[in-house]
Amino acid sequence: MLTAIVFLPAIAAIVIALLARRDWQVRFGALAVSVTVLVLSLIVWASMDRHDATPQFVQKHEWVSAFNVQYFLGVDGLSAPMVALTGLLGVAAILASWRIDFRVKEYFVWMLVLLSGILGVFTSLDLLMFFFFWEVELLPMYLLISIWGSGRKEYSAMKFLIFTIGGSALMLVGILALFVSTGTFDMIELRDAQFSTVFITAPGVFFLLLAAFAVKLPIWPFHTWLPDAHTDAPTAVSVLLAGVMLKMGGYGILRLCLSFFPEVARDYAWLLATLAVINVLYGGIVVLWQRDLKRLIAFSSVSHMGFVLLGIASLNTVGLTGASLQMFAHGTITGLLFLMVGLVYEKAHTRHIPDLGGLVKRMPVIAIVFMVAGLASLGLPAMSGFAAELLVFLGSFAVYREATILAVFGVVLSAGYILWMVQRVFFGPEKPRFVGVRDASALEILSMSGLVAAIVIVGVYPALLTDYFKLGVEPIQNLLGANGG
Amino acid sequence: MPELAAWSIFLVPLLSFVLIVVLRPILGPSNRLSGRITVAAMVAAFALALTALVATISEDGHDLGYQTHAWIEVGSLTINVGIVMDSLTATMVVVVAGVSLLIQIYGQEYMRGDSSYSRYYAMMSLFTAAMLGLVMASNLVLLYVFWEMVGLSSYLLIGHWHDRPAAANAAKKAFIVTRLGDLGLLIGIVWAFVATGTFEISELHEMAAAGTFAGVGLTWLALGIFAGAAGKSGQFPLHVWLPDAMEGPTPVSALIHAATMVAAGVFLVARMFPVFEASVGALTVVAWIGGGTALFAATMALVANDIKRVLAYSTISQLGYMMLALGMGAMGAAMFHLVTHAFFKALLFLGAGSVQHTTGTYDMRYMGGLRRVMPYTFISLVVAGLSLSGIPPFSGFWSKDAILNAASSNGIVSGAETLYWLGVLTAGLTGFYVFRMIFMTFTGPYRGGAAAEATASGVAAGHESVTHDDGAHGRHLHESPWIMVLPLVALAVLSVFSGLADLPWKFLGISAHWMTEFLTPGHNERFSISVAAISSAVGAAGVMTAYFMYVRKKISAEAMGSRFRPLHTLFTQKYYMDHLYESLFTVRFLHGGLARSMDWFDANVVDRGANTVGWVGRNFGRMPAQLQTGQAQFYGAVFSIGIVLILGAFWIWG
Repeated sequence: MLTAIVFLPAIAAIVIALLARRDWQVRFGALAVSVTVLVLSLIVWASMDRHDATPQFVQKHEWVSAFNVQYFLGVDGLSAPMVALTGLLGVAAILASWRIDFRVKEYFVWMLVLLSGILGVFTSLDLLMFFFFWEVELLPMYLLISIWGSGRKEYSAMKFLIFTIGGSALMLVGILALFVSTGTFDMIELRDAQFSTVFITAPGVFFLLLAAFAVKLPIWPFHTWLPDAHTDAPTAVSVLLAGVMLKMGGYGILRLCLSFFPEVARDYAWLLATLAVINVLYGGIVVLWQRDLKRLIAFSSVSHMGFVLLGIASLNTVGLTGASLQMFAHGTITGLLFLMVGLVYEKAHTRHIPDLGGLVKRMPVIAIVFMVAGLASLGLPAMSGFAAELLVFLGSFAVYREATILAVFGVVLSAGYILWMVQRVFFGPEKPRFVGVRDASALEILSMSGLVAAIVIVGVYPALLTDYFKLGVEPIQNLLGANGG
Repeated sequence: MPELAAWSIFLVPLLSFVLIVVLRPILGPSNRLSGRITVAAMVAAFALALTALVATISEDGHDLGYQTHAWIEVGSLTINVGIVMDSLTATMVVVVAGVSLLIQIYGQEYMRGDSSYSRYYAMMSLFTAAMLGLVMASNLVLLYVFWEMVGLSSYLLIGHWHDRPAAANAAKKAFIVTRLGDLGLLIGIVWAFVATGTFEISELHEMAAAGTFAGVGLTWLALGIFAGAAGKSGQFPLHVWLPDAMEGPTPVSALIHAATMVAAGVFLVARMFPVFEASVGALTVVAWIGGGTALFAATMALVANDIKRVLAYSTISQLGYMMLALGMGAMGAAMFHLVTHAFFKALLFLGAGSVQHTTGTYDMRYMGGLRRVMPYTFISLVVAGLSLSGIPPFSGFWSKDAILNAASSNGIVSGAETLYWLGVLTAGLTGFYVFRMIFMTFTGPYRGGAAAEATASGVAAGHESVTHDDGAHGRHLHESPWIMVLPLVALAVLSVFSGLADLPWKFLGISAHWMTEFLTPGHNERFSISVAAISSAVGAAGVMTAYFMYVRKKISAEAMGSRFRPLHTLFTQKYYMDHLYESLFTVRFLHGGLARSMDWFDANVVDRGANTVGWVGRNFGRMPAQLQTGQAQFYGAVFSIGIVLILGAFWIWG
């Protein structure tokens, strides 16, 4: 099952590359694959045993026995929702790419490879496979930005590549150290394995692994690739980048750093909490000065990922569940925001906020959905972001009172920049240059509707996800021991 | 009353919202069916609310005691959803559903022809649902959820005419300023949970009363709650959004920014009252902020020329009175004033809307002489004005008197005596500004309405405010249609008689201090002739001053203005607080200063630093050109390097 989910996009990519002759075949092929992945991931999610904290749907085979490398896939409460999120955003991203008309085949092929890479990261339970998929996602990403992007696309793509490769290289060293010390790549065994210093100490390995995730999440000051990459990437790539790829960072911290080195995590949690607050406030304040819609949302991601880090730093069940939920929520919300910005840009031909205004008359549907995403982003209750932020605050307040209070100010900042943005783009008198601008088409409405539904459903009934996440963080929590509430 | 029936009080308006949203694409944006659906939903909600009130009155202990249901369960944390139906909630649902019903009826005519008629009613339904949910929530998280939902509907309704920059700005300002207060509320909730392990309001009450939850945590919870309450209820220093909120349609101002939502802050403190009672420090803060705001806002109402802004400052001032009552420990008096104020202030706003409907302007300097033209509106407004001024026997007299009584006899809060006299002084100012408004509007000659305003401000005819509100063109002055007058009359009747709920004596079969006893059993209320005499005399003096100044013209308003020039300027400039917040803090400091410099820092220090350290950047810099042509090779290269690295590592350490 998981093998099908992970490799279907990659195989389809090869088939499409070899066989597809016409653009419509490519588009519908890619769409069919992404929908299948979504359906399969939902089946996995729905048919999981919600009381079993061990990995499910496991596929485990010997691979390279000399190095004890396994083909080991599985999902648990932490990864299953992430896989479903990837499926959901995958469909949205393919639909958002419908209008791509430059080197169509290559574009969709790379999109599918990218999807395979992301899905692989979330399902791998063997460290080497994890690393392999972590790297697989890089190249399509680089190409998608540098070929189909806009603005300083080559610079941004290269910057993305250098930052990520830098992080991965350090992670690789960490992974090898882990293997050398414990003799296994099995991520489940590694939880219980005792790490003894080989050529670096346990904190050393912890930070080597963290480096890769810090770049991805991103944690200040490793965030500067993100605004550039987001701004210059094509819409669908921004959607995936913000929606799921940043989550690979948070997921990695939970799955690797916290699980393998619980003691180190306890010793350095204060550092994570400090960086989290910096992320929240630094991102939230820098946002205020942005005039490019995409850059604005990119910095808001920096701010919101700070909440993820804060939840992680709390090291207790509530905070970790909140962090996971925040990852999912931010995925749907920011994914939707980038989708909407893409539409605004496509129709109004500018993302420069001072040039926009009064668009609500011309594009009411886009305006309403944009507002839904914006309100969700600023943590309005009954939308997914609120439950996540509340859990994060509840988890971290018990441990880091001052840091939490500071982070709560991020919520006011987000209300400020989101409402300011919505007002400048959609409200006010209509501008003559936008008279002929059209609203979203039926296809575009379809691509947003899934995300809107996810935001509202999770917001109204978060137990749908928290029941899974708490199952997923339970084993990690057991390793960490009690910490606060 | 079955639980589902109680839930329905909230669900029926929500259903109305959903129905309108679903039907809107089919029926078009200004189909009148939307309004009718809303009115029907309000009738149902009001009927259910009355049933709930009756059931609560007859129940022992005045609490119907519904179960809660789990919403989120994570580890030791459980967040529930559930509703409470006790005396406080029952009172609030009746007031909210009742006033909402009257205002929805009024809106049928007032909003007729608006290009976004359906959106208006959808939002009004959403607001009413959220407000009813807010007063019924049984735990702090659910309460916060609805708290934010009313904030959202307020935001959307203030910005109803979003193509006017002033309205869009006001909406944003309202949301952000109240959110600043909500921050306190959120921190308070989280703090309380970490300290007590519960969100359930009734459990917090028990712990506070039993003393198991006390000390710093409790005080912070109380102050956090009060911060949220101060934001919503426009208390100093978070009052700045409320006058601007008048950019919304007048029925919105009446329902949300006068009668119900802004009173949610008072309700919240009342709801959490046992927690406040356990902290004298918190009570003192509430009393001083409330009493201070009452006077502070009244001074600004003295000089405003926009009829709705006079009423907005008046609302802030009256909410200050309610907070003062809460700070003095008189929760019953605060709620009594909340109820009477809901009626007479909604009436004042609807009257102002009626006036604007015919004159096309909100500026009182261009009104005048409307008494003969609009007799019903005039009489209703006089009734509401007398009630607001605290003239016996109107309802506002009884409720304001209860507050002043509580202040005069309070022995706990430091400076209670001073606060009492501040309250008396405010009563005088209130009488003056209300009747200044009524006299400027209804007496003397007619000063031209919208046309004169347009000429004076040099704007061509067809000014925005005119085009939005129908019937303003080439008007001849007339009384508003019956569908607008009817709610006015109903509210006027309530403004006169709602005082009966809490008279100091048994009257017409209603026991003395019935409402206070219902809400806070065992709290002995007293009545003092001297307090009553002083406050009504001061109120009447205010009214008479206005009469001599604006009707008899014995005192020149201009002369008074120039005589107290510095004060007058201070009042008209709103104590420069908008200037302080907007120009200095938001624009100069936060945006232009901090955000700008941090953006520079991000681009020139962090980013450049990262790029420079990554020397590879320069080497890789030449690669994009090659990549475009040789993807496959690069792909292969990356992988071979990776594999070589891995195998190499194995060889060394494996």
